[in-house]
Amino acid sequence: MRIQVERNPAPVWFRALIPLMSILLTFLLTSGFVLAYGANPLQAAYYFLMDPLSNPVRLIEVLVKTTPLLLTGIAVAFAFSGGYWNIGVEGQLYMGATAATAIGLQMHNTPAWLALPLVILGGILAGMAWATLPALMKVWLKIDEVVTTLLLNYVAIFFVSAILNGPWRDPISQWPQSPEIAASAVFPRLIPRSRLHLGFILALLVVLGVWFVLSRTSFGLKMKAVGFNIEAARFSGINVERTLLMVALISGGIAGLAGASEVAGIHFHLIDAISPGYGYTGIIIATLGALNPIGVSLAAVFIGLIDTGAQTVSRALGVPIYLGDVLQATLLLVTLGMLLLQSYRISLRRQVGAPAE
Amino acid sequence: MRGISKRFGTVLANDRLDFTLRPGEIHALLGENGAGKTTLMRILYGLYQADEGQIYINSLPVTIHSPKDAIHHGIGMVSQHFALVSPNTVTENLILGMTRGLRLNLRQAHEAVRAAAAQFGIQVEPEAVIRDLSVGQRQRVEILKALYRKAKVLVMDEPTAVLVPQEVEQLFSSLRSFKEKGFSVVFISHKLQEVMAITDHVTVLRAGRLAGEVPTKDTNTNELARLMVGRSTFGMTRKSDDEHKALPALVLERVTTLDNKGLPALKEVSLAVRAGEIVGVAGVSGNGQTELAEVLAGIRPVTQGSVLVCDEDVTNATPQAMMAAGVGRIPEDTRANVIGQMTVAQNMVLEKLHHFSQKGTLDRQAISRYAETLIEDYQIKASPNDPMRTLSGGNLQKVVLARVLAQKPKVLVVAQPTRGLDVAATEYVRSKLLEQRAEGAAILLISEDLDEILQLSDMIAVLYEGRIMDMRAAHGATPHELGLLMAGVQKG
Amino acid sequence: MDSILSMTFLVGLIAATLRVATPLVYATLGEVFTERAGILNLGIEGIMFLGAFVGFAAAYKANEAGLAGYLWIGLFSAILAGIMMGLLMGFFSVTLGVNQHVAGLGITLLCTGLSLLGFRIVFGERSVLPSIDPFAELSPFKGVPVLGDIASQYLLTYIAFLIVVPLSWWLLFRTSFGLNVRSVGENPEAVDAAGLNVFRIRYLVLALGGGLMATGGAFLSLAQLGAFTPGIIAGRGWVCIALVIFARWHPVRAALGALLFGGVFALQLRLQTLGFKLPFEIFLALPYLVTIAALALASRHISYPGAYLKPYRRE
Repeated sequence: MRIQVERNPAPVWFRALIPLMSILLTFLLTSGFVLAYGANPLQAAYYFLMDPLSNPVRLIEVLVKTTPLLLTGIAVAFAFSGGYWNIGVEGQLYMGATAATAIGLQMHNTPAWLALPLVILGGILAGMAWATLPALMKVWLKIDEVVTTLLLNYVAIFFVSAILNGPWRDPISQWPQSPEIAASAVFPRLIPRSRLHLGFILALLVVLGVWFVLSRTSFGLKMKAVGFNIEAARFSGINVERTLLMVALISGGIAGLAGASEVAGIHFHLIDAISPGYGYTGIIIATLGALNPIGVSLAAVFIGLIDTGAQTVSRALGVPIYLGDVLQATLLLVTLGMLLLQSYRISLRRQVGAPAE
Repeated sequence: MRGISKRFGTVLANDRLDFTLRPGEIHALLGENGAGKTTLMRILYGLYQADEGQIYINSLPVTIHSPKDAIHHGIGMVSQHFALVSPNTVTENLILGMTRGLRLNLRQAHEAVRAAAAQFGIQVEPEAVIRDLSVGQRQRVEILKALYRKAKVLVMDEPTAVLVPQEVEQLFSSLRSFKEKGFSVVFISHKLQEVMAITDHVTVLRAGRLAGEVPTKDTNTNELARLMVGRSTFGMTRKSDDEHKALPALVLERVTTLDNKGLPALKEVSLAVRAGEIVGVAGVSGNGQTELAEVLAGIRPVTQGSVLVCDEDVTNATPQAMMAAGVGRIPEDTRANVIGQMTVAQNMVLEKLHHFSQKGTLDRQAISRYAETLIEDYQIKASPNDPMRTLSGGNLQKVVLARVLAQKPKVLVVAQPTRGLDVAATEYVRSKLLEQRAEGAAILLISEDLDEILQLSDMIAVLYEGRIMDMRAAHGATPHELGLLMAGVQKG
Repeated sequence: MDSILSMTFLVGLIAATLRVATPLVYATLGEVFTERAGILNLGIEGIMFLGAFVGFAAAYKANEAGLAGYLWIGLFSAILAGIMMGLLMGFFSVTLGVNQHVAGLGITLLCTGLSLLGFRIVFGERSVLPSIDPFAELSPFKGVPVLGDIASQYLLTYIAFLIVVPLSWWLLFRTSFGLNVRSVGENPEAVDAAGLNVFRIRYLVLALGGGLMATGGAFLSLAQLGAFTPGIIAGRGWVCIALVIFARWHPVRAALGALLFGGVFALQLRLQTLGFKLPFEIFLALPYLVTIAALALASRHISYPGAYLKPYRRE
């Protein structure tokens, strides 16, 4: 008997169960760590998945955490759909946060109806600007964007660190954090006295916008063509270079918006750790969501759930919070594998070549 | 090989096939494209596993799991797209998989290769890099590779597809001398003349099934054609050409360009195609045809010269501009130049999205309607929402043809239009080209299939090493003459 | 204050360059082999990180247990961890054939998470960073002016430049293994048709690459620092990816690229102390910017291995 793998789409029931199977397998694989701390894996799973949904306060927290994840996830998914490997979302986020802070600090005498759009716009433009160099290098010099966008992440983080330790150092506390932005530049709360802010609505709008562009516009069709087969797209008359450039800039802009949202909605000033890796998590979310906007939204909420749960797990069970990181990375790899398996059918075959009876 | 069956998804590529090869025999495996010949031989070579059936060597059943086993049993394969590593030398390619121990003694290896070349009478230069070799030379390396591994059976997959008539003769004499030495050859082909000329025995496959098996001396081309396609002749006869002195619709004036490596690919190519005329560009692959098609498609710039369409200068125009000027382009490798993951409808409108969108938004109903119209007009066996990659070769080509011809182009640039297609699809494509010619289109036909060129063209130009060797009327041109030109021999 | 062109400055710079370049040499060579076989392993950053952690943790524990040679135990543990991660990448990119960009990034994220989690598990919460006595430097020419300082390097540095680089060249160009690897990266069909096992060659190369990458990481924690911090790799892995392209997949050129980056890094450290009134972060960012610039200048007309990024299937 041999295992035979054929290029036949797997049955539909398999494909529908993939998310569930991925999650199960992931928790199974990571339960060892929980056991190492003498804790109960099932209890950990509960804290990760169910507890955050258990009361309204927790639920709101999940949505708060989801906001930047929606944005970075869709930024990455958009870029990947167009064949542009934008791994620089983290850096673009940082630059967006910086611009938002810069503008926000100047808005003390400006009314909110003007300050807010300026902050949002500033974040988007800064993210786009930071995405420009790698995009141009790709389009003009044919240099792979993976490395260039990655390296610029570090430069952006250094840049923020430099200004936070320099001109923007808080004069009172001397900590590396900027002064607070003007009150008019702060994103309004969606639910009074909660942490849920305008950024969440903006994120939903962006996701909707991306969905529309990808499925209903000619630009969306063109960029997908470029993402699937760049040579065929060029042959069909699509201006590949311009399309890639636009995809890169839009993706960067969305990432910049994520940065602005974190500053104006959560922290109100710029800090070193404005992003605990949202840019990289965005890659996980985009992959989990199979690059389509609905999937990405669900994946973002799921990761938001896990992020919220991780704090509880750490508090209640003593397992370090990094378990959440390991969980997410494992989920990414497992999902990657599952998504591929859905294009194959595995069966057992009798050995060919047995002597004829 | 007995009772071999192999299925790919829903396609039954081999259906209980039997195939017998005797020592010292050149055995043709004949069939049109898609009949299952290559699949059967890849099973023999261990690249595929049969679903049913059994292979016997010297009457003993054997199992062949991989090429390693096949080589062990003395089977060698010369595939259509050579299995050679181009930046490596001939020797490095030959010894691949045959090295003992970790260390490579290149000098010793070169000597061994030289000795083997002498032994089998094949001329190769061990230290040459594959990238620099001509197609004929590469084929020789492939053959030597098989013999070096002590193959007693040589499987050759469409070996003459890339050769000029003179090189075909050389190959045939090599094969005859192998026969004398006791080797056996499986000669996969769809070319009846060659099968009659060189082989001893013919096995004909049709749509995955065994259609017939005869000794060559007992049969003829008509009979073989009947077995192959169920009719005794195929192909269409051209109506006599009428002499119209129409104006040139497509003019290339001293076009020069470089290939991807920066080497000259086209050298001062000048051509003119009149409305209602088919100019065939003949030549062995690798002599500039790809670059010529790319220049006219707008995806390769020229370094010198100009291109005019109906007196409009379109030199270095973008693909969009080319299409706007009335140029319809059929790409050389259709499957690679369509978006497989997108639907048929999407592929059909991709070249002119602005017609189907208002303010950037797609008019999906219009796209559907358009696709349905084309599917009906061109008898495409697919529906608008089928992913393009699920289409057969013939239907794929029809889609591309449909989207191009629906624009009523003034000029058609067509590269290898029937490569890999079965007879029915081939006929369809060729009849459509003739139809366009009758309607006044100027057609530039670039094809490595000399028969196709002879059959369809009014004028024939031969491309060799980027230069047009000669341009002459098709009427009265012979394969022999053209073969000389294709091999670079100028008329004295 | 030493002027920038004084002998002491230059000698110190060269010595530091060799030291800084060492982890890059190991990791870049690991990626050179991998990409020569046609696979992009973006797990390099994570594997270096994992190597640094496993090396340190194993050495620390071995030291606690009183074992002599604890540093070498640490190193070999790191190499083992690297090999396993290389094989894991193999599972995804060779056997499953998934998108290599995402798989590699996934491995990096996994290794990073595992290392951070592992550190907490092994060391718990500590106010003082755990440390060990690192590898000592060898000083064969002690006392000799100029040469004495330059040659005062870790054994691992000596091994990197004098053994691993030439060995890699020899392995790649003068052995059958190297021939197979190069062929697989250009045309796996040819290798398959020649009777060799494409999957096995790729798995082997990934394991080799993983081991080398982990060594690069372990060097930082076992030799240079004697400790493990979250910022210990800080993007060096990505720099190596750039260096591989810069080096056109050639081991010797890769070493030169590593020296270039090492030189810039060592230089910026020294420039910081020279009293320029710029924030130190600008200096930190300098090596990354130089890498990007180098890519821009040196990346024209590069031919990637023929089968780069393409999983092999017998369709």
